[in-house]
Amino acid sequence: MTVEEVKLQAAKANGGHGAKDQFPIGMRVLAVDDDPTCLKLLEKLLQHCQYHVTTTGQAATALKLLREKKDQFDLVISDVHMPDMDGFKLLELVGLEMDLPVIMLSANGETQTVMKGITHGACDYLLKPVRIEQLRTIWQHVVRRRSCDARNNGNDNDDSSKKLQVASAEGDNGGGNRNKRTSRRVRDDNGDDGDDSDENSNENGDSSTQKKPRVVWSVELHRKFVASVNQLGIDKAVPKKILDLMNVENITRENVASHLQKYRLYLKRLSVDASRQANLTAAFGGRNPAYVNMGLDAFRQYNAYGRYRPVPTTNHSQPNNLLARMNSPAFGMHGLLPSQPLQIGHTQNNLSTSLGNVGGVNNGNLIRGAHMPLQDTSKCFPTGPSGNSFANISNSTQLVTTNNLPLQSLEPSNQHLGWLHSSAGPFNSFVGESPQFPDLGRCNTTWSTAVSSSNVQELGQKDRIVNGPKLEPLSSFTEASSQIPLLGNEMQSQVASLASNGLPMPFTQEAVPFAYGSSTNSREMLNNNLALSNSGINSSLPNLHIDGSVFERNIDGSVVTRQTLDGSNSGGGGVPPLQDGRIDHQAVNSHLNYNNELMGTSRLQRGLSGGLDDIVVDMFKLDHADNGVPFIDGDWELV
Amino acid sequence: MDYTNLRRQIISMKKSLFDQGYLDEQFNQLEELQDDSSPNFVDEVVALFFKDSSRLLTNIEQALEKYPQDFYRLDSLVYQFKGSGSSIGALRMKNECSMFKAHCNDRNLEGYRTLDDSSSIPASHSLLEQLHLIPWLTQMPPVTPEDEEGACHSEAEAGDIFSCKHKHQIKGPVST
Repeated sequence: MTVEEVKLQAAKANGGHGAKDQFPIGMRVLAVDDDPTCLKLLEKLLQHCQYHVTTTGQAATALKLLREKKDQFDLVISDVHMPDMDGFKLLELVGLEMDLPVIMLSANGETQTVMKGITHGACDYLLKPVRIEQLRTIWQHVVRRRSCDARNNGNDNDDSSKKLQVASAEGDNGGGNRNKRTSRRVRDDNGDDGDDSDENSNENGDSSTQKKPRVVWSVELHRKFVASVNQLGIDKAVPKKILDLMNVENITRENVASHLQKYRLYLKRLSVDASRQANLTAAFGGRNPAYVNMGLDAFRQYNAYGRYRPVPTTNHSQPNNLLARMNSPAFGMHGLLPSQPLQIGHTQNNLSTSLGNVGGVNNGNLIRGAHMPLQDTSKCFPTGPSGNSFANISNSTQLVTTNNLPLQSLEPSNQHLGWLHSSAGPFNSFVGESPQFPDLGRCNTTWSTAVSSSNVQELGQKDRIVNGPKLEPLSSFTEASSQIPLLGNEMQSQVASLASNGLPMPFTQEAVPFAYGSSTNSREMLNNNLALSNSGINSSLPNLHIDGSVFERNIDGSVVTRQTLDGSNSGGGGVPPLQDGRIDHQAVNSHLNYNNELMGTSRLQRGLSGGLDDIVVDMFKLDHADNGVPFIDGDWELV
Repeated sequence: MDYTNLRRQIISMKKSLFDQGYLDEQFNQLEELQDDSSPNFVDEVVALFFKDSSRLLTNIEQALEKYPQDFYRLDSLVYQFKGSGSSIGALRMKNECSMFKAHCNDRNLEGYRTLDDSSSIPASHSLLEQLHLIPWLTQMPPVTPEDEEGACHSEAEAGDIFSCKHKHQIKGPVST
């Protein structure tokens, strides 16, 4: 079939879009397979299922078709083994750019290959020869995605419920790819005020069946919320009561519940950061000494943990200079962290892998994993500034510089590397500019190491800092990027244990000296990041008992588990989670020992947590759609 | 008109293909897909298969000659072959391919006669060319110019049809 014929058919198929009432009849499928026999057979089978079929033998053609009209197809079926492009690569790209459900097809049914497909984001994995019975039910993936997206778009509600759905939908995938995409979308929806939700609404506009108006947490609303919480007492504040006290229409208990979650995280971050800041007295001075330290630490953390860990240790000295200027970026990262502790990779495999990776054992893998977040970031932040900031971060810090990273050697990384380098902003520009911060946090922290460390800190487990940071940031970032392998249960359990050990932090108002997200972009990003992390948190931890009861989440595996790390399962001796999902701290410690050798991990962790607080604040603030007014200032009331 | 004989022969040929394990139920699926909207579906698919597979076979042979130790390449080629074969229900060929791949994995093709004349992959592939006859079962017109062809082939072996000059719709490649 020539491209023209394909297009014609697709156009006709698109015309059938109005027949969505008859769904799944008329569902538009794009089939990609280099084997003409299989392709023809597949086409016929799909036609027998009454789908609209478009076929192409080349992945490049498929991408072209998909890009030309994103809403022209409902589902993509792709062979794994193709000459011009790896099926997994196509899978990733489709997931990233179009967020369509993709089904893999292969004659190879080995577990490892199937796992790879799932972790790359496939909705399903079929074996050749394909039977018509299997194809009759593939529409479920489309429905599932639509309903998840609709729910995500409409509600600022329980992320956990969404995640559950996502998880259940993708249960057979091991919570990998689909989770990644959906959770990414979820995060976008949760995090953004208007833009992303609009985007998502547009994307789902035609196909969504359910939509609720997004709840925007304005300054007023949040003030009421905080007042209610304070009135009830932070420990006794339950969504129902808060809702009653607030006495506002058009918000549901679920809205309040999720907002409460974020708020609690923020509080925790603040308290931990406050204690940490007390410890950080020395160092760099500069504008914000405490924060400088934190930034420095955060940065070091990154070094230590991996994503952009400099190749040998040549760059250790360099980051110091950069770190000194990392105030705002660090904060950005910090901001990202708060919600992250709970965003733990939902799969054990991911956890062990990530641990291994974090430990720097598999630097390449880390890079790759980090790589994925970049993809997400690029997807989520198409705006110039975002990209710039990120690029700045990467460019400015040798640590982050792609040049130093084996990323380049990774196939998928190439695309992102380009994106990384897209902006040429000087690293110095980060100073005092929170906008870039989120990027850094977002992208870098995908490695979660920083995050986890900060999280650990927040939980007040100094002795576990080493352990904590690794897990949490990784998980959180995975969430954010939806592509980073999450640490999974290990991290979760660790976070959980840490959390449970931690006490509910007294809410301390913390002045945020650094300019926060002066640009809307940064705020957006922060918001996104936070949203992402929040969403991840909400859903990812079934076993976590943070603060004893604050966050009871279901690990639904919705956390993106896109395994960008090959052999992640065997990743550098990752700590295998214990049976009950709690990680073996000793094992984790051993993994994390290398951190101690590297930069001041603990400091970094502290720094990170401080930053997270800022991020959380910003997150809350961003919801207000205000411009340039640091939310913390005077908005938070002490309990 | 002797097409009943021809039909009978084709049916028995098909049966023997199934019995001997050259075909499996996937082929039945192919047949089921054939309907009024695509009356030649089976034939088209089989033709496509042979066209593609001959190319693959050539590649495999070349690979064996030029890169005898390049198991990865061989494995990859045979994998494609396997995929094609399994799609049309070529069971035996699929199995042969699997065995071949196993040997590739073991880095050992010594004990396995791969693509020489008596080897199994091309052999099973050749036999599959008989598949081209099967669509005729549904396409036999009641009255036709095939009368002449039918007479021509009524006693013919299946393989002879390929050399027949009558215009059949057989599009398979010459057996390798």
